Amino acid sequence: MIAEIGLAALWLAAALAVLQLLGGFLGAREGGSAISVLVRPAAVLQAGLCAVSFGALVYAFAVTDLSVKLVATHSHSMKPLAFKLSGAWANHEGSMLLWITVMALSGGLIALIERRLPDRMMMATLGAQACVAVGFYLFILLSSNPFERLSPVPADGNGLNPLLQDMGVSFHPPTLYIGYVGLSVAFSFAVGALLTRNVTPEFARVMRPWVLVSWIFLTIGIVAGSYWAYYELGWGGWWFWDPVENASLMPWLAATALLHSASVLAARDALRTWTIMLGVIAFSMSMLGTFLVRSGILTSVHAFAVDPERGSFILALLALYIGGALVLFALRANTIAEGERFSLLSREGALVVNNVGLSAILGIVLLGTLYPLLTEAFDVRVSVGPPYFNPVSAIFFLPMLLILAVGPLLRWRKDSFDRIKWPVIIAGVATLAALTAVAAFSEIGLLPLLGLAMAVGVAIASFMPLKGRNLLRTPLPVWGMCVAHFGIAVALFGVAADTAYQQERLVAASAGDVVEIGPWQATLTSISPVAGPNWTAMQGDLLVSYESGPQQDVHPQARSFWAPPGETSEVALLTRWNGQLYVALGNMAEDGRWQLRLWWKPFVTYIWYGGLLIALGGALSLLGRVVGDVRRRRTEVRDETRRAEEAELARA
Amino acid sequence: MMRWRLALLAAMAFTLPAAAQDRMPPAPYAYTQLDDPTKEQQARELMHTLRCLKCQSQSIADSDAPMAGDMRHQVRTRIAAGESPKEVRAWLVSRYGDYVSYEPQVSSTTWPLFVLPLVLLLLAGTILFRRLGARTREDSA
Amino acid sequence: MKRLRYSLWIIVGIAGLLFGLFAYQLSQPKDDFVQSAMVGQAIPEFDLPAVVESRPGLSSADLADGEPRLLNVFASWCIPCAAEAPQLDALERAGANIVAVAIRDRPEDVERFLEVYGNPFTRIGRDDISEVQLAIGSSGVPETFVIDGNGVITHQHIGDIREDDVPRLLEELRKAGS
Repeated sequence: MIAEIGLAALWLAAALAVLQLLGGFLGAREGGSAISVLVRPAAVLQAGLCAVSFGALVYAFAVTDLSVKLVATHSHSMKPLAFKLSGAWANHEGSMLLWITVMALSGGLIALIERRLPDRMMMATLGAQACVAVGFYLFILLSSNPFERLSPVPADGNGLNPLLQDMGVSFHPPTLYIGYVGLSVAFSFAVGALLTRNVTPEFARVMRPWVLVSWIFLTIGIVAGSYWAYYELGWGGWWFWDPVENASLMPWLAATALLHSASVLAARDALRTWTIMLGVIAFSMSMLGTFLVRSGILTSVHAFAVDPERGSFILALLALYIGGALVLFALRANTIAEGERFSLLSREGALVVNNVGLSAILGIVLLGTLYPLLTEAFDVRVSVGPPYFNPVSAIFFLPMLLILAVGPLLRWRKDSFDRIKWPVIIAGVATLAALTAVAAFSEIGLLPLLGLAMAVGVAIASFMPLKGRNLLRTPLPVWGMCVAHFGIAVALFGVAADTAYQQERLVAASAGDVVEIGPWQATLTSISPVAGPNWTAMQGDLLVSYESGPQQDVHPQARSFWAPPGETSEVALLTRWNGQLYVALGNMAEDGRWQLRLWWKPFVTYIWYGGLLIALGGALSLLGRVVGDVRRRRTEVRDETRRAEEAELARA
Repeated sequence: MMRWRLALLAAMAFTLPAAAQDRMPPAPYAYTQLDDPTKEQQARELMHTLRCLKCQSQSIADSDAPMAGDMRHQVRTRIAAGESPKEVRAWLVSRYGDYVSYEPQVSSTTWPLFVLPLVLLLLAGTILFRRLGARTREDSA
Repeated sequence: MKRLRYSLWIIVGIAGLLFGLFAYQLSQPKDDFVQSAMVGQAIPEFDLPAVVESRPGLSSADLADGEPRLLNVFASWCIPCAAEAPQLDALERAGANIVAVAIRDRPEDVERFLEVYGNPFTRIGRDDISEVQLAIGSSGVPETFVIDGNGVITHQHIGDIREDDVPRLLEELRKAGS
């Protein structure tokens, strides 16, 4: 019964989306339309219905209702409850339902609270939002129904891929969805602005919080995904330039560019066309990523919901929305008047360089990811990996770091170098000093060397914009910017330090053996079997000490799951302020010894700390913007009441 | 991407077919480092840029697949015997084609990978020059 | 402005081409096989010991004695290898000389495998570290190579041999012999 309620709610929501689509686009015309009064209620109601539908699916997973096909194929009665719940979205159908639910919720939220934009533009935006939503509703209802029943009911379910039975990865998909859906909202605003020829600073201010939310969640999603790969795959790698990773990186790059250009539009009424373009591209990248992962068209993404029919459906949606938006953009772009002018040496100038750089990196990642697909069409198979992506993106990334250090110091419109001379010299000297010091004391590659030096310079420069300000009265968005830029320096430092100084030891050891790695000494004391709720494992017990300090014990495991069968490596991590010791247990060797893999990774954690700082910066900025908006609205309301009262007094 | 990592997992699961695993010990140098740290470093860097043929989306340095282990053994023994990383890569490419190497070489099929970034660089330069340059001139005029 | 408009239509065009490429690739059957680049080249030198007592080991010299052969790369732990056994039998009955390389396999397992599924092989080499497999550009089991009398690889068949592959392999073998 619950499953039927979920399905019915979904159909109703789809019908409302059609209503919202018609009402929105009719209402966007000159003169409006009568049914456009229904648009906002339709959006809000849709949000409720989707929440009900998604709740029904989560419930079915919670009670392991095996008569629902999705539950039977992806869950198992013996799974811990947390993983039963996360199982609801750890599959194609459930994840699409989550996607559309988040989308409906954000649509409902805009309909409920957003009153700043002109009515026609708002209608066009909600119409565009509904247009995207209708496609996804159809996709779910016609080709990926999560509530399909199964008859006869099986005795138990198939279970969840063991690698996915992990808390980190359970919350990874919802995080990324919020990111993608936030970009769909930005896309709708951009289309709304194009349709009603209304590209104004106000539009940018309304769109910006959505881009910020999306960007924060994408950042967290990528950071979490990278950390998860690091500890779950058992080989110490944290970024592989795998097509699937690139698929999540591309929307992030576009969103970062959009965030910065929206700031220019909001503050200075410049970069109008460019901002609209980025709004379209950012969402295109989310859709493209979905398509690449779900269609199985790229070699990396095999076994996940690979289904050419679904792939075709998503491709059709992709072509319709992205193609449509691009055509609309090409038709309308020249009706958007050019924005305000500015000089090269200005905040806008720096942000333009930032945008061009980010777009270039985006282009390279896109090219490298899709190139194998292109050559396959001509029966040639190539692989594009880290040796390509690292240096080629660095060509654009390193100069951008210079701009990142200098740009925030500049004033809007026009500035002189004299004014910012000292901060630039200080950061420059620090960078050169770091470069010399590192080069003198260790022999490392060029890219890590530049990375370490630039990290020092950027870290110092990132807080320079606070110089001469009253720290308590500095607006939150400025703090946000400083923290996020500092986060980039921290992450860069982690990446460069780990690349340059990590050490690796592979040994076959038996109890009592001592392994030295970097400053660490590890003693294998025993290897014994242990059992968990749905797995058994061999567990290694090691005593490790840092520079002959006190001993600590670590327990890496090699786990075997039985429903479905699979093996994972549960690595042991020992975190210090200056890095992480990474211990993984492999297979048994011929003579009864065990494979141990140990890495000493100096400052590796800074990669993720940096990522979190970037997200924190975004959050501060978002908070500042939202608080500012609320305050402004309150003053407006107060002014209006006062004016009304005055008018009444005058009449009396 | 929604569940980008998941897909990677799924691809990994590919490497663990429950019933079809051999019971042989790994090749000598699959999980053993070379004694010479410089050579081991060379081998390690090379292994990170070679594709594991059984797992499709991972380098042989990141995979537990037996064949990845055998490929690591080949790489380490060849490096130990004095071959340069370039030669070892060429040896594998002559067996499996460009697919096995994550480092694309400039060739008749891969030149756009190298030309397009240059075009992007020029394009970026032109855009910046035109947009910013023009504005400065107008400003000063 | 006009130039801007042209460049925008170029972007639309690129997007269109991408969609076309995706559509084309979706319509193609997914081919995950990694082809060997050694087809057309002489088989590299190797010398493998025997894995079972009843058959001698295999060396590259054995493959250059003037007679074309099929070289089957297999393993007892590989399920498709068992599935293709009847086809290998059919090939042997049709006169093909089949030699084999057992990949990462223990002698007792190979022995049992041959007892159950038949032994169409004239020689079986033991390759514990996939050495020969890597040398000939094979990326999995089972694979079957056609080798002419001079020891040159003329054809590679990836995956298990199905019934309709048998005549094709015989034809390839005949071509290698002429």
